[in-house]
Amino acid sequence: MFEATVQNRRNRKVEGLFRLLFLWMTCMLILPVALILGVLVYRGGPAISWEFLFTQPLNNMTAGGILPALVGTVWLVVVALIASVPVGVAAALYLSEYAPDNRLTRAINLAIINLAGVPSIVHALFGLGAFVIFFRFGTSILAASLTLAVMTLPVVIVATRESLQTVPLAFREACWNMGATRWQTIRKIVLPNAISGILTGVILEVSRTSGETAPIMFTGAAFFLPFLPQGVLDQTMAMSLHLFVISTQVPDVPEHMPFGVALVLISMVLAMNGISIAFRVYLRGRKKW
Amino acid sequence: MSEVAHAADRRDAAWWIDRVVQILVLAGGLSAIVFIAGIFVFITREGAGFVFDRFDFREFFGSPRWTPTSSHNPTYGALALIAGTASVTGLAMVVSVPFSLGAAIYIGEFATGRVRETLKVLVELLAAIPSVVWGFIGLSIMNPLIIQTFDVPVGLNVLNAGVILGLMAAPIMTTIAEDALKAVPDTYREAAEAMGATRWQVTFKVVLPAARNGLVAATLLGVGRGFGETMAVLMASGHSINLPTSPFDSVRALTATIAAELGETAAGSDHYQALFTLGIFLFLVTFAINFAADVFVRGGQRKRRRRGRRPAASANP
Repeated sequence: MFEATVQNRRNRKVEGLFRLLFLWMTCMLILPVALILGVLVYRGGPAISWEFLFTQPLNNMTAGGILPALVGTVWLVVVALIASVPVGVAAALYLSEYAPDNRLTRAINLAIINLAGVPSIVHALFGLGAFVIFFRFGTSILAASLTLAVMTLPVVIVATRESLQTVPLAFREACWNMGATRWQTIRKIVLPNAISGILTGVILEVSRTSGETAPIMFTGAAFFLPFLPQGVLDQTMAMSLHLFVISTQVPDVPEHMPFGVALVLISMVLAMNGISIAFRVYLRGRKKW
Repeated sequence: MSEVAHAADRRDAAWWIDRVVQILVLAGGLSAIVFIAGIFVFITREGAGFVFDRFDFREFFGSPRWTPTSSHNPTYGALALIAGTASVTGLAMVVSVPFSLGAAIYIGEFATGRVRETLKVLVELLAAIPSVVWGFIGLSIMNPLIIQTFDVPVGLNVLNAGVILGLMAAPIMTTIAEDALKAVPDTYREAAEAMGATRWQVTFKVVLPAARNGLVAATLLGVGRGFGETMAVLMASGHSINLPTSPFDSVRALTATIAAELGETAAGSDHYQALFTLGIFLFLVTFAINFAADVFVRGGQRKRRRRGRRPAASANP
């Protein structure tokens, strides 16, 4: 009664073919990039040493290290985080805990999608027009970081909202039934259960922020500064812009240097994302509900 | 009576704190709208002078001559820049859309268990590579490769930038497309399988048509990403302003023009304002693309709801 017909066999063959085709397509997305990363490691690896990471650039950036760029990126990321995490978490709390399904909420969601979708160079123009010129911060870490903060706000909002929504509604209801206000519920029940998810979002934002180049080009990052920034109103070098500068703007840079910078930058970013993903997987495994 | 009302009045400190917090988080939510409006206001504010005094619709969209630094007769024709952006984005989409959708189908419908999780993580990591690193890859790895393979004098061209952009946009499109496939309720698949359909029949005849809107949205967001990409296109596309006739021509994209020229202009000059006008154009186009993608996603969800089924995994019901 259950014999394979010609039709069955053909179906199985076609299914196998499609499976292979899609697997091949998936590999074609991943393998070239893996290959490229291999080349980066192979050619940039020899450049990397303690001296490369922790000394000043010399001879018009054709020798020496990348210390000011590394320190500058840390400055930019920290100031951007201070500005965007509170706003992003508040926005996510509103969307997840308070917002009714109305036009305003839809407008906020559309605005978030658009903030993420606006080209980075337009964010740069905004940063220049708003923070550098209108608010008179000048080209400074503050202006650049605020530009980055606006640009990466959607990362925090989306990650935080997702993490808040994984807290079961029953937890909140139990707390409300005890007579707690909304804020008491959020502070004692929702946030403690969601905090690690929010943290993975913040790590993702660090990764995004440290790799961005266009938004900081005209708002606070300098091509070359032989000293470290002293405060938020100073200009600074940054890893991403440094890679752009020594690979396109400066003549006679030995070939291994831009590869070294690219390798350091990409290691930072991928390590950050890796930590965030590992953290998420660990949390999912540990969840009790 | 009034005593009861008084006892029920719980406007104590906790109540007031609750109110204040509610206002604060509302402000946080509104900030997204404020920022997106602020972006438009501030770039318009800087570019307004050009838009009102100098802007010539026919020149801007009809002339390929972008010579803002010419001393006697500066011209601001953006056609070549638009063609540059369009050719690079178009090639990127040709390269990446089929592969992204294929990968999404494999990850969403065929792969299971650990393989699926690993692939998803890999795709997510690919999406994290910064655009300046992609630009550097175009410059230092793709460039010699193209010169060698096709025997052309310059390897920084439409082909280079298109492939780089395709590799950049693919992980994002894959992720969104896979979400769209996941949003198709399992009952659809079960019903088809109960009729004796094989996996690929289920995928082609049931899942893909049901997820069509989401897949269109994924493609649109990929286009938006390509359109707005700056550093990679700046470094890999070769930097010469002309209308491309072959994939081996060098071009200059809208975004790259702003990035390359803004540093050398005096604030408030015609040239400076013209670059902000390009920014306004970019903003409006990407806004339209994102809006369209959102409409498609919503349309898909509404249709499904009308049939009495909620999407299985809607991020924001």
